Amino acid sequence: MTENVKYPAVIAARRQSKDRLRRRRAEQRFRSYGMVAVAVSLIFLVGLFATIFSKAYTALGQTEIALEIHFDEALIDPEGTRNPTTLARANYDALVKISLGKLFPEIKDRRGRRALRKIMSAGAAFELREMVLADQGLIGGRRTVWLPASDDADMYIKGLVAGGLQHGNRIDAQQAAWLDKLENREQLAQRFNWRLFMAADSREPELAGLRGAAVGSLLTLSICLVIAFPLGVMTAVYLEEFAPRNRWTDLIEVNINNLAAVPSIVFGLLGLAVLLGFLGLPRSAPLVGGMVLALMTLPTVIIAGRAALQAVPPSIRDAAFGIGASPMQVVAHHVLPLAMPGILTGTIIGMARALGETAPLLMIGMVAFIVDVPTSPTDPATVLPVQIFLWADAPERAFAERTAAAIVVLLAFLIVMNLAAVLLRRRFEQRW
Amino acid sequence: MLKQSLALAALAAVMITNAAAARDQIRVVGSSTVFPFATAVAEHFGKTSSFKTPVVESTGSGGGLKLFCAGLGVDYPDITNASRRIKTSEVQRCAKNGVVNIVEVKIGFDGIVLANSRKSGLMSISLKQLFLALAKDVPVDGKLVANPYMTWRDIDVSLPMSKIEVLGPPPTSGTRDAFVELALEGGAKTFPMLAAMRKADKKRFKAVAHTLREDGAFIEAGENDNLIVQKLETNPAAFGIFGFSFLDQNADKLQGSRVNGSMPEFEAIAAGQYPVSRSLYFYVKKAHVGTVPGLRDFVAEFTADKAWGPDGYLADKGLIPLPDAERAKVRAQAAALANLSM
Repeated sequence: MTENVKYPAVIAARRQSKDRLRRRRAEQRFRSYGMVAVAVSLIFLVGLFATIFSKAYTALGQTEIALEIHFDEALIDPEGTRNPTTLARANYDALVKISLGKLFPEIKDRRGRRALRKIMSAGAAFELREMVLADQGLIGGRRTVWLPASDDADMYIKGLVAGGLQHGNRIDAQQAAWLDKLENREQLAQRFNWRLFMAADSREPELAGLRGAAVGSLLTLSICLVIAFPLGVMTAVYLEEFAPRNRWTDLIEVNINNLAAVPSIVFGLLGLAVLLGFLGLPRSAPLVGGMVLALMTLPTVIIAGRAALQAVPPSIRDAAFGIGASPMQVVAHHVLPLAMPGILTGTIIGMARALGETAPLLMIGMVAFIVDVPTSPTDPATVLPVQIFLWADAPERAFAERTAAAIVVLLAFLIVMNLAAVLLRRRFEQRW
Repeated sequence: MLKQSLALAALAAVMITNAAAARDQIRVVGSSTVFPFATAVAEHFGKTSSFKTPVVESTGSGGGLKLFCAGLGVDYPDITNASRRIKTSEVQRCAKNGVVNIVEVKIGFDGIVLANSRKSGLMSISLKQLFLALAKDVPVDGKLVANPYMTWRDIDVSLPMSKIEVLGPPPTSGTRDAFVELALEGGAKTFPMLAAMRKADKKRFKAVAHTLREDGAFIEAGENDNLIVQKLETNPAAFGIFGFSFLDQNADKLQGSRVNGSMPEFEAIAAGQYPVSRSLYFYVKKAHVGTVPGLRDFVAEFTADKAWGPDGYLADKGLIPLPDAERAKVRAQAAALANLSM
């Protein structure tokens, strides 16, 4: 280092290079901070997904037991009238019990038979009933039917709870032995849990499904979209393209921005007071849920809409005016179509938020146990996040994996919606 | 476009008026403790009768009674569940809104348990010791002082060495109310000093007996009992307070503590030996019987032995049934739609 002292130019160059080095290091540090931030959030995300998926995947299977059912006419339809009411009221549980008894003829005492019945779901009888109501030709015949095992048996077979004598387990040593025996005889198997997607809610975990909640979510979001989208777009267009700038429009703008930050439960209270109390709309209905969520989504749509309209360059408007278009034609033919991708993106993101809401729905009675799948917006219904909330609260152990599965389904919906937003932007976005 | 939206609006209006004019579905609101049982009955009722499955909302006992008492007619619920008895003030509020004839149905008991992980030892505790462990102010040498006990052993040599750490529900929960009333108040009464205070100044006694520690020994763990169960698994030193059905479902991992010499087990709670248990009820609006189809049948389904009996499907969900004689009596009263008598 000492020999260079005589040459100031070299020193200057070195200094400069030192300075450059310092700046480069600073930049590298800055980049690595950013990478660390991304990595940490990715780790959180992966951790979250891993825990949810690892809990959820067992819900895809459901333990079922093959029973040879004798659809005994004497039990189902003793008078032979084939009257649907008689068929609907028949004791199908007896069919299940008889067929179980044949599998284990050595069990004679009442206690043992009761314990044996408990390895099958209470829903087994309901499924036989549905089968007979759908096809009366079954009556009198025999058929091997795969029927759901009870949630306790299912948890035991999946190895999620221990079975045996100690600790008062819900599956005792005797029942565990029966289940193991059935499994060895291949009369018991894990089969695809179609009920999780095709059935509505139930208090029996092995019968519970998401269809009711998914349809409820769909109806609620449709109402929300039908209200929020036109109102939001019209508001945005008027405020952006037509309204004069004065104190009133400023006031409106401030209020819209405020509305976007209001906690969602407040909209629920509003819905309770105005929609249910004053207008007398039905409780627990997707119609009311959609209206409440529309109030919540409206500011998002307006703000996104205004931003998208602002992004359309004035030259487009000027050109349209130049060839003699009226203000309405300018907006309808030129500005709005160009702004539409941005508006749609904002709307989809707003809808995705609405899909995940539970708090406002609590106040209007949508946090409820509803078995019948809704068919119209005024039928009682619940939505996916509420279903997750209710299942997470249930005491039955088997609901834990179903809660996780429901979360995965909700996530899938959200990912599809957000992906649609991204694709729309990519596909139609114009740059000027 | 305009025509279409007008038609849509007209359609919506028709649907709304239809929905308001008649209701062919029973509506139930009320306690979250009764919710698992009421929903099970609703589902069985829907699947075995020709009626629609009732809609059951979980609003809490107080919230349910508020909705129930708001008025008569299809806009108001037909049944409300409660994990406590209806109060005189609530009966009055009902009467003010025209709801005069109410049928009370007691459906069974719910035990509230103090439980810990099976990795630790079983605890035997008395209500008195439980009060000393969890109350904010406790009597020491005839004076009320801030709770000085840090470990269970500080209270009594028979108790474990570990730090007092109890996870329980927040004040909004009915389970918390019942626990405070049955366990803490029960323990407080065993002190002569507090018993005297109860006679002299009831308000002050309640304030002492109903206030839980705020120094970290009692932790509010949220409304979700499953969360408490999970936390107990990961922290074997901690205890949790929750409903019997959650212990029943997690018996492979958790054990209920013996309270006043009685284990929190099905038979002991049913026999009334276990001290921390409460009665569960539902209330039916008599004026709606006949208007809302299936209401009488729903009550019959709930009070049938296949549902609420010792071998019924509700027992399987964790409901502790009433004794045989009382069940017969309540069923007869319910079938006759006998009016509530306070």
